[in-house]
Amino acid sequence: MENSLNGLEVVYEKVETLTDAPMHYCPGCGHGVVHRVIMEVIQEMGITEDTIGVAPVGCSVFAYNYMNIDMQEAAHGRATAAATGVKRVLPEKYVFTYQGDGDLAAIGTGETIHTVNRGENILMVFVNNGVYGMTGGQMAPTTLAGMKTTTSPFGRDTATMGSPLRITELIAHLPGAYYVTRQSVHSAPAVRKLKKAIQQSFEYQKLKQGTCFIEVVANCPSGWKMTPVESNKWLVENMFPMYPPGDIKVPKPPAANN
Amino acid sequence: MPDEFTHNITQKIMGSIEGNSETKLMKGNEALAEAALRAGMQAYFGYPITPQSEILEYLIIHGPKRGSVVLQAESEVAAINMVYGAAGAGARVMISSSSPGISLMQEGISYIAAAELPCVIVNIQRGGPGLGTIQPAQADYFQAVKGGGHGDYRLIVLAPNSVQEMADFMFDGFRLTEQYRIPVMILSDGALGQMMEKVTLAPAGSLPHSAKPWATVGKPPTREHNFITSLHIEPERMEEINIHLQKKYQDVQKEVKFELHNTDDADIVLVAFGLSARICEKVMDLAREKGIRAGLIRPITLYPFPSEIIAQIAETAAAFLTVEMNAGQMVEDVRLAVNGRKPVFFKGRMGGMIPTPEEVLAELESIVEHKLMHA
Repeated sequence: MENSLNGLEVVYEKVETLTDAPMHYCPGCGHGVVHRVIMEVIQEMGITEDTIGVAPVGCSVFAYNYMNIDMQEAAHGRATAAATGVKRVLPEKYVFTYQGDGDLAAIGTGETIHTVNRGENILMVFVNNGVYGMTGGQMAPTTLAGMKTTTSPFGRDTATMGSPLRITELIAHLPGAYYVTRQSVHSAPAVRKLKKAIQQSFEYQKLKQGTCFIEVVANCPSGWKMTPVESNKWLVENMFPMYPPGDIKVPKPPAANN
Repeated sequence: MPDEFTHNITQKIMGSIEGNSETKLMKGNEALAEAALRAGMQAYFGYPITPQSEILEYLIIHGPKRGSVVLQAESEVAAINMVYGAAGAGARVMISSSSPGISLMQEGISYIAAAELPCVIVNIQRGGPGLGTIQPAQADYFQAVKGGGHGDYRLIVLAPNSVQEMADFMFDGFRLTEQYRIPVMILSDGALGQMMEKVTLAPAGSLPHSAKPWATVGKPPTREHNFITSLHIEPERMEEINIHLQKKYQDVQKEVKFELHNTDDADIVLVAFGLSARICEKVMDLAREKGIRAGLIRPITLYPFPSEIIAQIAETAAAFLTVEMNAGQMVEDVRLAVNGRKPVFFKGRMGGMIPTPEEVLAELESIVEHKLMHA
């Protein structure tokens, strides 16, 4: 692509599937990157007209302000129920949810399990940063053992507060789960891999074979009380041992690019 | 042989379907479900609970082959949020449950009211509070007409008193909810849901679908993106939304519906809705036989409430007796309408008990003989 004004090649530009609204996300937060990557895929696949997104309560509650596609804002924990409603009445459209760990793995656990168990033909994007970001850094179901949050101020005590929940491994066992993978956005190669997984998931959705589920391990500099750079380092050293990136369930025969 | 069994039963109940209006003997819940399909319902989400499970059971047989999504959800909470999604995507949607299940849905109903999504919610009431009983009651009146969930919102509430109205109100419900974008509740009870009566069903296709340009169906390049939300973080904006909703609730007052029996010359006027109103018709007749000039006001819409006609009748009647299957809920709205001009008495049974005409008549007679003399 040529820029006629100065003859420089454009290698990166805003996609039309994102609005001009400034994002409310904290500096260095992974959400902005995940938004961008999903919207890039939708634009590149040319499916803007056929895609409906559902984002529930949590940091992603304003997603409809940024994603320039038809969107629904769902109640806390109920994104996949709302998405089920959308997909069942518009079965030829692409439907995805965008949920945090508190939403998907705590208050919405029932909806998460049953949506996947029904094999709803949707993509669930699960952003896991181990903390309730929007409400100010409380303990989430995915908070690591010993990790300090405002509601586990002395560190998560697994004896009284339970252990971090690997819900992605849990739902992968269900027959309705078609493609389950864990990705991240802490580095450029990781972002590229995530993009591929999202693209693959929308391709799979056409096949009507079941639910695609992508966990994105993300940083929360504000909730973790770190700089963005520190948080990405901390993510690799602490989140990955509990939430290792990689495919958990892939369709048989495996897709060519996975 | 469950399939053959189901098929035979279905054939017996339904005979030929859809094309024309037809008269049949049907159970209230099934008449309502059949009417929903004839009224062009496109999606139903439910969860089993007595005494309304026949609605889900009927629709799972007849819905899919007649073009409706029918899904048994994992909970009432999930079901109402499926309604949110499907209604937001522009479908004509219905959901049903009974009292405890309706309580579970309240958060979702508040979201639906705030996001102005059309849908019909059916409550086949049972006695409470708590798990209560599976017997009929009218104890969810407050929940239905005053809001139910959090925030300032209202539902349009229709109260059938026959199997015929269980069917007819599905059409009215879809029409009203799509016209005003206010969720409609059909507030029925376990007796009306379970009893069989003659019902004439309107033909399918008689309720046209309205355009829903706000629905999230995928964004074409020719318009801005649509989004369904109840979130407005700036209080100035949230107040504007509230003002808009309140204006709609004012507009909908003109849809008020009620039925009057012998109120012109009545000294004492019974006020009752749904099943209680049927009992009160009998009470009125028995009282008239005894020379007591009794009348009956039956609110058909509980929201909007027929306050005006009650106020009007308060000019000529000497007293009112409100009869409900609860501890006294609608009676508060009757008193607000009468506004102290005449005494308003109450007779109720609770916890799934149905008042007999004789016990209501005894109360009415005692009011006329003792209380009214000294009122």
